[in-house]
Order: sequence, then C-alpha cells, then structure tokens
Amino acid sequence: MAGFNFKLIKNPLSKENPITVQVLGICSALAVTAKLQPAVVMAISVTVVVAFSNLIISYLRNTIPPRIRIIVQLVIVSLLVILVDQVLKAFVYDVSKQLSVFVGLIITNCIVMGRLEAFAMSNKPFDSFLDGIGNGLGYAVILITLGVVRELFGSGSLWGYQIIPDSFYEMGYQNNSLMIMPPMALILVGIIIWVHRARNKDLCEK
Amino acid sequence: MFSNRYIFIYATVLVIVSAAILTLASVGLKPYQDKNIRVEKMQQLLGAVGIQSTPKDAEELFQKYFVEQHAVNAKGEIVASIVNGKQTAGTISPFGLDTKKQLALYKANDASASLPIYICMKDGKKSYVVPVMGNGLWGPIWGNLAFSEDLNTIVGVNFDHKGETPGLGAEIATLDFQNQFKGKQIFDNDNFTSIKVMKRADKANPHQVDAVSGGTITSNGVSEMLKSCLQFYIPYFNSLKK
Repeated sequence: MAGFNFKLIKNPLSKENPITVQVLGICSALAVTAKLQPAVVMAISVTVVVAFSNLIISYLRNTIPPRIRIIVQLVIVSLLVILVDQVLKAFVYDVSKQLSVFVGLIITNCIVMGRLEAFAMSNKPFDSFLDGIGNGLGYAVILITLGVVRELFGSGSLWGYQIIPDSFYEMGYQNNSLMIMPPMALILVGIIIWVHRARNKDLCEK
Repeated sequence: MFSNRYIFIYATVLVIVSAAILTLASVGLKPYQDKNIRVEKMQQLLGAVGIQSTPKDAEELFQKYFVEQHAVNAKGEIVASIVNGKQTAGTISPFGLDTKKQLALYKANDASASLPIYICMKDGKKSYVVPVMGNGLWGPIWGNLAFSEDLNTIVGVNFDHKGETPGLGAEIATLDFQNQFKGKQIFDNDNFTSIKVMKRADKANPHQVDAVSGGTITSNGVSEMLKSCLQFYIPYFNSLKK
C-alpha cells in the first residue's frame, strides 16, 4: 500500500472541484441547500457513499467483468445509498424528510459514478478511498457555502437558529425570498465558479 | 477474459450479498424508524390542538393531553378504547390504526372499518381530534381536525402533504392557510355540510375557506378529503349529541 497521498484529498477541494470545475452534482447542490442543516447532512452522505463505493469497487476492480462493470458499480452504489437512507430515517428523521428523494438520487449523482469510472477502476483501494473523501469534501465545501449564504439571507438564520436580530426586521430589513428558491443557488454557483476561475487562470478554457 | 458462466455467477453472488446486507440493516433499524413515525404522528395530533412539541417531549405531552382514544366504526359504535393509557374496551390500539387502510375498507363498504378519535383535555376544555387523509395533485395529503365540545366548530387543524408543489399546493401546510379553519363549522342545522375550500370564499360563511391560489387541485383535494373522511364520523358525532 502506497503512503498517504495528500494530493488526492487536496486537489478536489479546489483545482479539481467536482461542482465548480467538473460541474457534476449540480442538481442536488441546488435542491438541498436552502438550509444549512440538510446541506451538511447531504454533504456527509455523499462523502460516505463516494468514499466507500470507491473503496469497494477498487478492491473488486480486478474481478469485475468489464461487460457488466457499470451494473456492478450501480449495485454497490445503490447498496450504500440505501444504507445511508435507512440510517438517516432512523436517527435524523426531520432532516431525512427534508432531503426526501435527494438521498435516493445520490445513486445517480454524477460525482459517484464519475469517480468510480475515472479513478477506482484503475487505482489501489486506499488511494481510491482518499480520492472519494477528497471529492466528497470538495462537494461539501460548495454545499456548505451555499447553505450558509442561502439560509442566512433567505431565512435570517443558521442551522435553524436566528442570526439576524429582530431589531433589523423592525427597521425594515426583509429576508430575500429569492435565496430560498433553486434559481438563486444556480446564480450563487455561477458566482463561485467565476471567482474561482478569476483566481486560477489555468482553469480557463482558451 | 471472463466467461459467461463467470459473469452470471459474479452477478448472482453480488446481488445476494447486497440483498442480505440490506435486509439486516432494514430489520435492525426498523424499531428506530417506527418510533420516529409514531412521534411524528403524535406531534401532528398535538399541533391540531395548538400544542407545540419537539420530538423529545411529544410522547410525554401526548400522554398528558390526549386522555382518551377510541376506535369507532362507520355505524358510530366504539370498537376499542384506551382511557388514561389503559385499554377499557376492545383489543386494538386506536393510535395504531392505519388511516389509509381503514378508509379503503370503508370505501369498499367493509363493516370492519374503524378509525380513531382522540379526546384532548387542555386547560379544562375538551376537544375531539380526528385524522383525515386524501389526495392532492401529486400524492397523498393528510391532516388532523380538532373539534370543540359541540362536535361542530373547528378549533384547530393541521395539514401535511407528501409532495405538493412548493409555493402553490404546498401552502396547505402553512399556518396562514390552516388558521382560516378556526371557528368554521361542519354542520348546518344538524345537516352535515362539511367545509369547502374555494376561490373567493365568503369569510363570514362558516362552511367556506379561501383556496390556495395556484393550488386549485390541492385545494379541491382538501375539500374532498374533509367531506369523505368526516362522513365516516357523522354517525358517531350524532350518537354523542343525543
């Protein structure tokens, strides 16, 4: 087993970020980030699924018949997603209700299948596991950023606790209800991509 | 290269192992999930009578305020009762009745259909709470209605839905919509008239409530749900009034 390859975790956080650079997993990033709590739970769920599906597929990679490899990957991913869904239903029921179908839709999250095909099928288990954690965290960073901005300006709270004091509202301040709608999440993702590319010129296409 | 035989065996083993793991997880986590569903049901019943609860204290508050639970059939007879936590009649738990299943039996004219009614004592006032269930635009909608002691005037309601359109049909789950029901009546001179959710409702009319704009089908679903579910309880209400 090779040593701890720190790059595998660091790269997806910025230069190879699954959302802002690879533009994967946008759907769930728009859907579950109106509040911070579901965004965090979703981020953890995706990280767990990517990391462990990468690990398992990487262990199996030499035994998987190429003709049915996508099906095998799907079975493993579905298995993990259903497990995560069951655990959420048992222990964080309110959040699992808010996330509703999006937990199930992790199965079709491009990040998961993308990492399996691009990395786990041709790399060692431990490296694949790290790659999964890295990509999960890259997804998490964006989700949490969106969750913080949208909940703070859309509902005036964070993690369900009111942040913007009542006195602001009395002075005429209002929550921006566009923030809790999906289009605003897309606009925010756009802004993040813009800032990210402005600071990393090498990411810009010619 | 892999032979067909290998592929078949590989796929079979993989699927069986996965299924076994999922079965174990499902069986192991079931008690926790059932408890969450129970607690949510209690919270909704408490919500109908205007008691705020958290998942932690819902069970305690439910026991405190909901002193009696009965299961009644379509003829208005009590088939099971739990009073102050003790089974005083019948053997089934009214709380455990599956509203959806029982309504289906009722619609099929099955005499064994029974639905729960909860009696809440709060600040010396008695109220009757009944569950309702119906269809919205995209899926099921359900709720609880709390009646005052006259079994006619509504003191509180709550509605919830599986997947109505956010901002339109989903508005039925908001307090603004639900508060309109307070003080409405389901009987007009002893005739059951239910409450209609409609456009340009007359606020003074005790049988009309303003519909959700842009949520016509969901609103109609609420009307239909109230009418068909309350119908079931009318014989029981009448027997109490005598």
